[in-house]
Amino acid sequence: MPEHGSQEAPLAGIRVTDFTWAWAGPHGTLLLAMLGAEVIKIESRTRLDHSRVRSIMAGAMNSGPDASTIFNDLNLGKRSLTLNLRREEAREIVRSLVSKSDVVVQNMRPGVLDRLGIGYEELRRIKPDIIMLSSSAVGASGPEKFYGGYAPTFASLSGIADLTGYPDQPPIPLSGSVDLRVGSASAFAVMAALYERDRSGEGQHIDLSSTEVMSCMMGDAFLEYEMCERIPERRGNEDELMAPHGCYHCAGEEQWVSIAVGSEAEWTALRSVLADPELADEAFATPQGRKCERERLDAILVRWTCSRTPAEAAETLQRAGVAALPVLTTASLSQDEHVQQRGVLRRVQHPVVGERIVLGPPWKLAGAEVRGPAPLIGEGNDYVLSEILGLSRPEIEQLQRDGVLD
Amino acid sequence: MKRGALEGLSVVELGSMVAAPYCAKLLADLGANVIKIEAPGAGDPARHRGPFANDQPNPERSALFLYLNTSKRSITLDATSETGGRILHQLVAEADVLIEDCPPGQLESLGLSYAELSRPNPGLVMTSVTPFGQTGPNRDRRAHPLNLYHVGGYASSFYTPDKAEVRPPAAGGGYLGEYDAGLTAAVGTLGAVMGRRGTGRGRHVDISKQEAMMGLERVEIARLANDPDPTSWRPSVGGLLEAKDGYFLVTPLENHQWQSFMRAMGDPEWSRAEWCQSEVGRMEHAEEIRPHVVAWAAQLTRDEIYHRCQTEGTPAGPVRNVAEVRAWDQANARGFFVELDHPEAGKHAYPSAPYRLSRTPWVGRAAPRLGEHNEAVYGEQLGYSPQELAQLAAQEVI
Repeated sequence: MPEHGSQEAPLAGIRVTDFTWAWAGPHGTLLLAMLGAEVIKIESRTRLDHSRVRSIMAGAMNSGPDASTIFNDLNLGKRSLTLNLRREEAREIVRSLVSKSDVVVQNMRPGVLDRLGIGYEELRRIKPDIIMLSSSAVGASGPEKFYGGYAPTFASLSGIADLTGYPDQPPIPLSGSVDLRVGSASAFAVMAALYERDRSGEGQHIDLSSTEVMSCMMGDAFLEYEMCERIPERRGNEDELMAPHGCYHCAGEEQWVSIAVGSEAEWTALRSVLADPELADEAFATPQGRKCERERLDAILVRWTCSRTPAEAAETLQRAGVAALPVLTTASLSQDEHVQQRGVLRRVQHPVVGERIVLGPPWKLAGAEVRGPAPLIGEGNDYVLSEILGLSRPEIEQLQRDGVLD
Repeated sequence: MKRGALEGLSVVELGSMVAAPYCAKLLADLGANVIKIEAPGAGDPARHRGPFANDQPNPERSALFLYLNTSKRSITLDATSETGGRILHQLVAEADVLIEDCPPGQLESLGLSYAELSRPNPGLVMTSVTPFGQTGPNRDRRAHPLNLYHVGGYASSFYTPDKAEVRPPAAGGGYLGEYDAGLTAAVGTLGAVMGRRGTGRGRHVDISKQEAMMGLERVEIARLANDPDPTSWRPSVGGLLEAKDGYFLVTPLENHQWQSFMRAMGDPEWSRAEWCQSEVGRMEHAEEIRPHVVAWAAQLTRDEIYHRCQTEGTPAGPVRNVAEVRAWDQANARGFFVELDHPEAGKHAYPSAPYRLSRTPWVGRAAPRLGEHNEAVYGEQLGYSPQELAQLAAQEVI
């Protein structure tokens, strides 16, 4: 095993008070938890995190708040503290917890926490170097700051939906993965602020726009519009320069192999594998020619791919030096040999749903780990109230009876 | 002048095209000192990929390069030559972070593995960004962005109407999967940088682009891995619809959102039916609801629907093209687009960053010209004399 440097959790000792819910915010704090931060998720039985009860695609779907596949995947290794924030006693607990936290993350609509008396200005009085990230649909400033949305809304507003899909078919708003990208950007911004805090001793507030996360991930298209004065359009699997460049039909129903040819060496290799005399046509001699004649070229490729499985086609082409891979469905990925050998999937024991397969961290990085299952609702109440905040058992029982911990 | 949050972090980038350069750009735009190493002569292939103004190829006017390399300094260096390798060692010895995207094993064969680079600099964080990571049977497979996108866990068929013909899944727009890898790498890199607080030791961060994409489809991948025969998602009410002037998206899921949506529609008669009062009822009657919404939407523009719905509290948004986003009041009120002046490409508005840090600004600057900072880095920082520099140039090392 090569040298990998330090082994301890990179964010050991960092505590995050996490008000986020749904998908985006929780993915951000999931990444921080995998890096070793202690993430305390504030939730309430009076208004459950909607990923505990529903899927945006399927609606209500779970047998109970502790059995949600989505919640249990996005909240691995966090603690759960239930608080009814309508109660002043609950807000007092938040203030105490924040005084012992490094980071606060929230994705309610702009202004909600301020009205509850636990917004950034209030919290920084309690903990001057606190770092707080507020994530919203289109940002916490500007004329539309109160507008809301889900992942596909962000994809639509940002421009990425318009760029995704076939030119003669509707745009594709990408769905839940957009939220997860928002979460990744949140984790990045929080760590940048932590890095800075270690030098200046000061905290700050971070205003994150989910829609802008996606616009930045297609930034070159905005510059193309600026510099070339044309509007980039969606083009399925085609490339502006490369051909062949697409997914080609293989033996069997909805079986495809992706093939992309970017260099003369790759083109020569493809020709040698296919050994189709039609490829000797002068029209295919240059990259520009191949791009112009791509439809005819694609038809020749399919003649070869359609009698082979995606794996056979990819293997043969790869051996010759052509970039070709089977198109893997989401379902088949977990069976993939490479994915299995890389240890991407982990098994986690959950007290309610039993052993579940989950994905590990998206980096191979010493000290980054799945640190445990997602919490049952309120599972961390005793730990937080007693061990972190030092409340006595009778005090906690009183809070319970008073409905503060609902 | 205000300082960026990552001021003081010194980074060397040995990257090309999108993923590794995006990772380094995210750091540079927040103030990290990023030295980008480019091949002598040609530079980053993104300089040649374009698109270019008037379709006139020019390595200093590639929109792709200009966006992905803001705030960096550029030096030329052939890291595969013996002298070049020695210089890279020197540069990395003084850096906090090395971001690289060489084929797995290549740096090792040049004596530039993490073990060797971190020996004189134990605090070094090294982030390696490759298609399949540093290990595993697919490690050396050839893959362009398209090939990788289609092994990343495609799940984007939600919200698309029934397809008349079977077509393969379409890749994410632009270089989406590559940006995904870059963002994931940036999170891992800062994680490893933060991890130096205790022992001062750095780490090697191994980024597989495939796994970065899978990580974004983790919910669906895990769902199917646990339950190979799941009940399929039911069609929800709303989704992608057509207004008078194009597509928009609406998701009135929860009861309060549905009620607000009905207010936006003017409380139509049909919505008073008993089955329309619960989420389950609406899902069961989705086919009955749809024509009503379709007919309503067809009479309005996307913006009319957007503001009407959002004012009432319904999540909705127009599908916008690049020009429409550029002209969007909300983005411009927030100063999302920032004008940067490049000596050869001119003044253009660039997307800045999705986060506003209250005390430490975004500090983007225009991308460097090829080798623009050779003198500053080799001369001032590493102490090479003008004669030595001329010699290195003659040997095509720099």
